[in-house]
Amino acid sequence: MSNSSSPAQARITSVEMRNIVKRFPGVLANYNVNFDVKAGEVHALLGENGAGKSTLMRQLYGLYKPDEGQILVDGKELVFNSPADAIRSGIGMIHQHFMLVPTLTVTENVALGLSSTREPMLDLDLVEKRVLELSKLYGLKVDPTAYIWQLSVGEQQRVEIIKALYRNAGIIILDEPTAVLTPQEVNDLFAILKKITAQGHGFIFISHKLHEVMAICDRVTVLRDGQMIGTRSTEGITRDDLVKMMVGRDVKPLPLQDHPEGEVRIKVAGLRAMGDRDAETLRGVDLEIRSGEILGIAGVSGNGQRELAQCLTGLRRASAGTILLDGEDITHMPLLQRMSAGQAYIPEERMQDGAIREFSVQENLFLRDHSAPENTHGIFLNFKRMEQRTREVVKEYSVKTPTIETPIKNLSGGNIQKLILARELSRQPKFLIAAQPTRGVDIGATEYIHQKLLEQRDSGTAILLISEDLDETRSLSDRIAVMFEGKIVGIVKRNQATVEQIGLMMAGVSMAEAMK
Amino acid sequence: MEQVLSQAVLVGIITSAIRLATPYIFASIGEAFSQTSGVVNLGVDGIMLVGAFMAYYVVLKTGNVWFAVLAAMLVGIAMGLLMSFISVSMRAEQGISGIGLYMLGLGLSSLLFKVLVGSVQTIEGFKPLDIPFLADIPVIGEIFFKNSLPVYVAFLLIPAAWWFLEKTTWGLKIRAVGQNPAAADSLGVDVIKVRYFAVTFGAVLASLAGASLSTALVNLFQENLTAGLGFIAVALVYFGGWKPVGILVGALLFSTVNAFQLWMQVLGVDIPSDVAVMLPYLLTIVALVAVTSRIRPPAALNKPFDRGEN
Ligand SMILES: Nc1ncnc2c1ncn2[C@@H]1O[C@H](COP(=O)(O)OP(=O)(O)OP(=O)(O)O)[C@@H](O)[C@H]1O
Ligand SMILES: [Mg+2]
Repeated sequence: MSNSSSPAQARITSVEMRNIVKRFPGVLANYNVNFDVKAGEVHALLGENGAGKSTLMRQLYGLYKPDEGQILVDGKELVFNSPADAIRSGIGMIHQHFMLVPTLTVTENVALGLSSTREPMLDLDLVEKRVLELSKLYGLKVDPTAYIWQLSVGEQQRVEIIKALYRNAGIIILDEPTAVLTPQEVNDLFAILKKITAQGHGFIFISHKLHEVMAICDRVTVLRDGQMIGTRSTEGITRDDLVKMMVGRDVKPLPLQDHPEGEVRIKVAGLRAMGDRDAETLRGVDLEIRSGEILGIAGVSGNGQRELAQCLTGLRRASAGTILLDGEDITHMPLLQRMSAGQAYIPEERMQDGAIREFSVQENLFLRDHSAPENTHGIFLNFKRMEQRTREVVKEYSVKTPTIETPIKNLSGGNIQKLILARELSRQPKFLIAAQPTRGVDIGATEYIHQKLLEQRDSGTAILLISEDLDETRSLSDRIAVMFEGKIVGIVKRNQATVEQIGLMMAGVSMAEAMK
Repeated sequence: MEQVLSQAVLVGIITSAIRLATPYIFASIGEAFSQTSGVVNLGVDGIMLVGAFMAYYVVLKTGNVWFAVLAAMLVGIAMGLLMSFISVSMRAEQGISGIGLYMLGLGLSSLLFKVLVGSVQTIEGFKPLDIPFLADIPVIGEIFFKNSLPVYVAFLLIPAAWWFLEKTTWGLKIRAVGQNPAAADSLGVDVIKVRYFAVTFGAVLASLAGASLSTALVNLFQENLTAGLGFIAVALVYFGGWKPVGILVGALLFSTVNAFQLWMQVLGVDIPSDVAVMLPYLLTIVALVAVTSRIRPPAALNKPFDRGEN
């Protein structure tokens, strides 16, 4: 294991994967994939949900063993039995879900697993010094004495990068690093990545957002159904070329028409609520959503969006204020009753709140509606119909799964998302709350989900859209409400405000000031 | 009541409390190690019983307390490895495997006692060890510095455990593995090895807790000598919020109430003895209820780890 304070030994400059094959029961996750990265470049790995991106990277990081093929580091073939081996060879990985211990400090998280200069004692003071050096060298601003649970998502990601750099990683894998970031944080991350590549490190960058790939990457490799479609330079390539390689057809952003508004469906007045940390995070929210309207919420995460969604769904108790659905007070109505009153919810934490990992695709799809009349014969479940419906949904939403009996823990991240979305969207709610509906979902499915949301809107559903992707909010919403510190700063019509103006309001500038 | 609580009685209660806290401290600190790494070991009481018997038996046969300590440590290692194998390697439900271990310990210690000893016989275990000079201080010396070696070791264990968990590389690994094993794994920490270590080390302390009871406090063995003491030790870990100092407070509180109850019986105060014996347990429940809302267990407690590849 590397010594925590020894001067950097020679850093690796290239990694190559040759003819990688990886099978899971019923799935060919990677088939004859060739992939390489060099120091000084950012190499994008693209592909639809379930194309095999994470699986490929997990093999490079020693988490899975390839069934066939070789891994070469600086031209030398190596076999990784565990992440420890990969780390020792100079490879770092930042996972789709961060690998940090929330109850430990930044310094402790960095020191974890390293041997110390004062074994058996920790040498946290030395680690802290080196963390500060790295943080200065690469512009990775972070307080080494802070606990992880106190940090924003962007800061946590910087800690992950520092962890890899501290271990002298020459090549660093970033698995969907921008999925959880706000637009500002994405810009910061890109500036940092440029600085680090300039110092002779290489990155592998996974994302579903093509403009990001075009902005930051030098080369791009596309996977489809586990197979390699090809590797190209981003020089002179267009978004449409990439889409074609990924999906095999064209996907165009939706044209958006204005739509006649209906009656006020949801009316929120003076809504207040406490957050998880015993501080008031909703501080008097007023808004209205009409039938046939999408109201988008824009804001830097942590400004009360999550609490607003939870209050509206009934998962969090409002401490003051009222929520009216079609004039009926539902402020203190329990969740189940709200659902039968016509409310649906696409939760942000879909893995935690929306699905049972050990259950099959079909069971997860019918978690909510298993007792609806069309799914039962008397007291028995109508398995035939449920099975048929599952097959339809899996096809419609192109959920990639070997069988409908497969437990969903074996599905790729994006495919679990699609399944839950399918479940919630296939109901015909009066009021739909959609939190980050396309996070981690590939471009084809994003298009499909957007189309579904618009269909719902056109059929009269009132939709509250909470998304950190400002482009998404702007392209779907009829009106955009900007939240800051638990309040609505202002509400603008689509096209009424520029990205910059919305950005200003997200930073707390008043609407009158921002629109000047 | 007033003359009952004379100074002599007060000193007596506190002296007993310090001594009685010894097995609780050993066992709870051990359980804290295990739980900090993410493994609840409900078999503490069973391990204590086997450790208590083996230590007792070795002293009975050889008269040597050091051989007894060694025997108890071996018992701890064996039972700790068994618990680790079942709950860490085989990923069995921890609560169930712990109860199984308890039953095993209870049965095994009773059987061995019946076959090898038969009747209750006292032994000469650890002798009081006066600390030079300090033991001569009035009152204080009486209470703190005229105890047997295991009592001193128990109290030294508190700062030692704190130091180990907070200041060493292994301590950091144990804490990380109990909170987010996947994160530790991704940094090359061997989660399975760390849990084996923490559970087994915890079991050694549990076994020593039993030995301290049979060779330093009561100097005898009988069937089910611990009478559930090991379960209280598990509760004290929650009470203490997984922190050595918190555990010390809990152990002292519990042993003080226990000592008070014993002295009240000795002095013939008119409380039914069943009620008196219940008192400390009642206190544990009340105390746990009072602190439970404020405590946060290790996030991966009770969750077996596997990397996710079939
Ligand atoms: N542990 C596993 N057991 C069985 N099948 C698996 C396992 N991990 C992944 N798979 C399957 O392998 C395929 C590739 O999954 P992978 O996670 O690599 O996709 P991905 O490209 O990262 O997708 P996403 O964009 O959704 O994250 C999927 O069909 C998935 O169901
Ligand atoms: Mg993935």
